Amino acid sequence: MPRATPVLGPAAVDVTLDVNGHARAIHIRPQRTLLDALREDLGLMGAKKVCDEGTCGACTVLVDGRPVYACMTLAVATAGRAVETVEGLAHDGGLHPVQEAFIAHDAFQCGFCTPGQIMSVVALLRARPDVTADDVKRAVTGNLCRCGAYPNIVAAALAAAKRKK
Amino acid sequence: MTKVVRTRVEFEGSVSEELALVQGEDAEPWAQGEELVIVGHPQRRVEGIAKVTGRARYTHDLRLPGMLHARMLRSPYPRARVRRVDPSKALALPGVRSVLHRFNAPKAAFRGEETIFREEVRFVGDEVAAVCADSEAIAEEALALISVDYEVLPHVVDLEEAIDEASPRIDEHGNVHDADRHERGDVRKAFKEADAVVEATYRTATQMHNSFETHGAVAVWDGDMLTVHESTQHIFGVRRGLQAALRIPYGRIRVVCDHMGGGFGSKGGVGKYSIVAALFARELGTPVRCVLDRHEENLAAGNRSATLQKVRIAAKGGRINAIAHDSWSNAGQGRWIADPTGPTKSLYDVPNVLTRSYRVLANTGSLAAFRAPGYVEGTFALECAIDELADRIGIDPLALRRLHAASDRDPISGLRYSLKRLVDCYDIGAQEIGWSRRRPKGLRASAPGLRRGLGMASQIWSGGGTPPAYATVHLNPDGTAVVRIGTQDIGTGTRTIVAQICAEALGIAMADVRVEIGDTDSPYAPISAGSLTVASIGPAIRLAAMDARDQLLDVAAGILEVSKAELRVEGGAVVSRGARTPIAKVFEELQNYTVIGKGARLPNSEELVLKTFGAHFAEVEVDPRTGEVVVDRVVAVHDVGRIVNPLTARSQVEGGVIQALGFALSEERVVDRPTGRVMTPGFESYKVPTVKDVPKIVVRFVDAPDTCANNTGTKGLGEPPIIPTAAAVANAVANALGIRVRTLPLTPQRVLDAVEAAPAAKGGEADRRGDRRS
Repeated sequence: MPRATPVLGPAAVDVTLDVNGHARAIHIRPQRTLLDALREDLGLMGAKKVCDEGTCGACTVLVDGRPVYACMTLAVATAGRAVETVEGLAHDGGLHPVQEAFIAHDAFQCGFCTPGQIMSVVALLRARPDVTADDVKRAVTGNLCRCGAYPNIVAAALAAAKRKK
Repeated sequence: MTKVVRTRVEFEGSVSEELALVQGEDAEPWAQGEELVIVGHPQRRVEGIAKVTGRARYTHDLRLPGMLHARMLRSPYPRARVRRVDPSKALALPGVRSVLHRFNAPKAAFRGEETIFREEVRFVGDEVAAVCADSEAIAEEALALISVDYEVLPHVVDLEEAIDEASPRIDEHGNVHDADRHERGDVRKAFKEADAVVEATYRTATQMHNSFETHGAVAVWDGDMLTVHESTQHIFGVRRGLQAALRIPYGRIRVVCDHMGGGFGSKGGVGKYSIVAALFARELGTPVRCVLDRHEENLAAGNRSATLQKVRIAAKGGRINAIAHDSWSNAGQGRWIADPTGPTKSLYDVPNVLTRSYRVLANTGSLAAFRAPGYVEGTFALECAIDELADRIGIDPLALRRLHAASDRDPISGLRYSLKRLVDCYDIGAQEIGWSRRRPKGLRASAPGLRRGLGMASQIWSGGGTPPAYATVHLNPDGTAVVRIGTQDIGTGTRTIVAQICAEALGIAMADVRVEIGDTDSPYAPISAGSLTVASIGPAIRLAAMDARDQLLDVAAGILEVSKAELRVEGGAVVSRGARTPIAKVFEELQNYTVIGKGARLPNSEELVLKTFGAHFAEVEVDPRTGEVVVDRVVAVHDVGRIVNPLTARSQVEGGVIQALGFALSEERVVDRPTGRVMTPGFESYKVPTVKDVPKIVVRFVDAPDTCANNTGTKGLGEPPIIPTAAAVANAVANALGIRVRTLPLTPQRVLDAVEAAPAAKGGEADRRGDRRS
């Protein structure tokens, strides 16, 4: 059933988000989620809206280095914090090692969950470069993949970890 | 030269005669052992960078200037008559542009009905009205302001309740409809003369696709030209659907699908959302987007039917002598069913078979094809029954299957298979899993109190491909090529195999091939379903690339002044007697020249039946105290002809096995009977497998090209890997426990119930080894 929640609340506010190292000023209602702010206000379509209720992980982005579900995070609450999305990973034309490993290990099929998977793995490897398969599984257990790319996601994460060492 | 021929086409278990155009001559198939440099070697996905950087554009991601947003008002009742719709309050909300409902919407033919807004809504989630507004949030707010007067009618949602004569009759022709019947031999006589008979009832739950990208479309009009961007498995099917619904010329409709977030069978044609988007876009003169949310997806976007299946199976002289299989499928409001008796009719060489299949209507959303529709459900029942019979007559279940798996003829038509390597699948799988360890009472478990077992099951499916499918290959003067074909990549890796086959046949590097798919302005290609894709489009792409190569050689012969017969194309160069001339060099003096190659898929042989085969083996551990089933290992072996891309083929099999494990262990739509509401509309309550639910999966192929199938020797692989897993797991659980659980998914509760019930049972359906329970 459509959730017919009326749009209530105070008027729109000005807020500046730090997204992938760039200050981005937007004018949004306070109840706007970070996911909607990224997709609708900033045109960053990497994070996907799959469930919009915090159950699938396809919208995973990093806030101050920690993975969060952007659909469960208010955009205004991230003001002054560093938001990182999949669009910010590649630098100077080169892919991030996790992105490269995902391609090499065929860690996606349709690719819709991939940006979220990658952000979860990136956060893990930054926090702990030395990881086991169980660590990877714990890190992406909140990132569903309906195509079932899981074995390759784990392999890709382990390969990226090895390369980073 | 073009001529018209009749050809036999198989799509998802049903065979039909169709007309096909035969154009040109076919190529000799790539022979077994022929040295191929790109095809058959692991290749990374050509769209890999786009997908890992977030740049890949999906229908969901499309934002066009002036784009408005449409949302559907859905019935809160499982069955009701819509007597009045009052949209005035919704229309008064700032930002609302229009409301469509059954009293003002134009007629729009959709799946045999004349309208997309029914007078009698028939399931919770059925479309009642649609709102178009400046934003999704406003549209959603407006839905609550539409006032609808419903006359609530009696309903039934459950399969077995719908079969019951005492339940409300929701269709004038009754709730139960004949769907299919097959009979061969003399079943009655065979059962009378049998040494042993097993009779059992199996049930499977409704499985929901849950493609990550929900169904949706964006419609744009430019004058009388309509372009629809849709997340679909069949752009040409959407085009036909829009033509029928909107009554506009085929030539004025273009459908585009760039990247696509999964379909699994449910995105086979136009949806009400696409029609609504097109209607609003025409009315309001601006692009309109209509995308379902997760909960709507699980109400109104299709599902795999729940089934009730009764199987009787008889042995005589240590062989299977007869099978009778009756099956009822909950089609919801669907007008067809995916027949679960397909495997019973065709998988094994059994002389006496009777199958009857019924479509049952209920007040739930329609079924949609879901990856090997019918065969997943039917294989579970058939393969469990075979194991039960093997147990009864005291023979190894794999040994029993071997007696009926070697025939090289299709038991329905009597025609020969193009290639069948099922027995090789058994040999490879048995070796890999260590089948010789299997004992009738299971294996030694890893800890006291646990039970461990082995099980297996076989698979049959189509996958031979079909015409029509066409491709063009443009060879640019710099030696790069563009291959254009109206297929779509639903996540299976189609873009990559298109590039591989083109590069291989043309003689250039994959990196020099650009793949243009997902646009009806390209030549026709079939639906990405039924495991059709590779074997349908592959031969057309190869022919188009060969045509381009042939023309290139004509040009090269003229330019290089060497006879064409002495020339070949290799690694982006024209080669003759040791001299290599890069293609760009050949064209140096012909700067703006384009070679255009074209290819058309020719019909399959009328004398042969094309099938895919496979076998899965599972090792499980079960805790009889908690009912928890842990799948340790799955070995999946498939016989699907030539493997074009070993890297993505393995992924495809792993994905199929994982989706099947969801079907086997955790996925189950729950519908509340009194209210007809789906109680599992999101991932919180509907349990798809997570990374932690995945066992070790070993993938093996009988990588033998089917040279009688088509010029690439390929067959499809999309569906085979989801077919036998659940049965293999259920058989392994039965081997572990000595108790048979006949209802999927094998939730802890069902396993515990079966363990509880076991000691009381005496023979018959229940297992005789129930006394093993501690």
